[in-house]
Amino acid sequence: MQLAGLFAQVLNGLQYGLLLFLISSGLTLIFGVMRVINLAHGSLFMIGAYLAYALAGITGSLWLALPAAVAGGALFGAALEYTLFRRFREREHLDQVLLTFALILLFEEARSALVDNQFHSVAIPAMLDFSVRVTADFAYSAYRIAVLGICLGVAALMFIGVERTRVGSAIRAAAENAEMVDLLGIDARRLHTLVFAVGTALAMLAGALAAPLQSVYPGMGDGFLIISFVVVVIGGLGSIAGAFWAALLIGLIDTLGQAYVPQAAGTAIYVLMAAVLLFRPAGLFAKG
Amino acid sequence: MRCATLRGNLLLAVAALVVACMPFYASPYHMQLASIAMIAAMFALSLQLLVGGAGMVSLAQAAFFGLGAYTVYLLGRTLGRPPSILVSLPASAAVAGIAAALIGPFALRTRGFFFLMTTLAFGQMLFFVFHDTPIGGGADGVFIQRPDLGFALTRASRTPVFLLTDLAVLAAMYAALWWLMHTLFGSVLLGIRANEDRMRAMGHNVTRVKLAAFVIAGALAGIAGHMAALNDAFVNPELLGWHRSAEALLIVLLGGIGALHGPILGAFAYTLIGEFGRSITERQRLVEGLVILAAVLLLRRGLAGLRFAR
Repeated sequence: MQLAGLFAQVLNGLQYGLLLFLISSGLTLIFGVMRVINLAHGSLFMIGAYLAYALAGITGSLWLALPAAVAGGALFGAALEYTLFRRFREREHLDQVLLTFALILLFEEARSALVDNQFHSVAIPAMLDFSVRVTADFAYSAYRIAVLGICLGVAALMFIGVERTRVGSAIRAAAENAEMVDLLGIDARRLHTLVFAVGTALAMLAGALAAPLQSVYPGMGDGFLIISFVVVVIGGLGSIAGAFWAALLIGLIDTLGQAYVPQAAGTAIYVLMAAVLLFRPAGLFAKG
Repeated sequence: MRCATLRGNLLLAVAALVVACMPFYASPYHMQLASIAMIAAMFALSLQLLVGGAGMVSLAQAAFFGLGAYTVYLLGRTLGRPPSILVSLPASAAVAGIAAALIGPFALRTRGFFFLMTTLAFGQMLFFVFHDTPIGGGADGVFIQRPDLGFALTRASRTPVFLLTDLAVLAAMYAALWWLMHTLFGSVLLGIRANEDRMRAMGHNVTRVKLAAFVIAGALAGIAGHMAALNDAFVNPELLGWHRSAEALLIVLLGGIGALHGPILGAFAYTLIGEFGRSITERQRLVEGLVILAAVLLLRRGLAGLRFAR
């Protein structure tokens, strides 16, 4: 029975970690390629969650929300990059911080005007609203298993996309040396729009997936933003693989901590981050 | 970072005199508004030492501000009576400074983007300590006993007395920073902002100078937090939240990154804009968001870019 509880917590931790990966991989890609700090990344997560809430309310099902979050996120991200972030690539960090802080405030205000300031739960799709009996005394939510599967699928697509395709190699090259990419005849600006669109789509997909698990509420992106930063610091900036392992690590530590040592759980990941900064400042999973 | 010239400092002194005379001509409401602006100015000044000084954009500053405010509460709770301001003010500075000295060595192992992220994360860690544990009276905040100024206050005398206290502390903080920026330490700090590697090559211990600036800035933010606690008699975990750090960055940018007196101009401008916004709409974040957008898109040099100092 104890073991079953532990097993459930480990699965929860992995699933939370994979959601974190969807958010932080976008963050790390956007910074790696564009050198832009996006504090509004957590708000994009929130927008995805509210999109799921709204669409689930209209259509009665979450299924439409997932492709809508991906497509809408890609369009929204491309629009944001085209209108605003493009101008801030060469600006100081301070300007980028303030620009994205302003976006947070405007997104929150829009959320408050369009929906309201209450908590809302989002129903788990009826098709998955059951538990899978794993052993005689242990069952696990089918929706959580589906989230695990979807996130792993997206992670695999990300790896293939970045490591195995021509566009992926251009993205990796741009992260190394943007001017060189220009010289090679690849339009870096289109690459930036693409990366920002993908990052936004991932964050909004994560929000839509998370909506039934933790309900939607004002400022829900803030906590995820901070944790994603910790993931990026621990994983090493610009590294998809680093973000993946760090996200799983943080997800497990946070979830198991909340379950077994709640007093220390809030600070555990920050202690880990401090240790990483002390011993491996370039990130736990950085090469060399 | 430019410091105001003699003429600029004289203008600031005249402005201080105008504020000091407010009890003779202004309503308590406007005096409170001036106090709010002056506390924001102290907080932004502490951040200016990092941003304008060494080019370090920190998002942990609000955590030190909040620690300073909570020190007043914790002192009062421990003593069982209001602490004297002669005790609570240094205590707030010390607690915030020590916290900065503990966080600084880790955060300063990073630069630029990483520095931002680590200061954000450490700041939020402190926020969660006060938000999630009972140490600071809980997530909703607590009313506190104000520090004892050494004489009895009535409801009517309170506002002008706080106004003058805030003004005195702000003036002292500005003078101290003005002096600091004219020492070798200040020059090295500016040198780091211009070219960190060159300062290192010249034999300066860059990390130690940055850490010293981080600790001093933390202590000054703690003093600002102490004054906020004195004025409001209330503390809550939101004081430590990173949104307040971002607000302080906005004030710094609004006033002008390049000038020591910028945060003072920025804080008054920001407070007035907020007040104006409140009078026309309920939607505070809309006003604030648009102001920030306007500031980053249009006002590149800040208010101090208007000629005031060279």
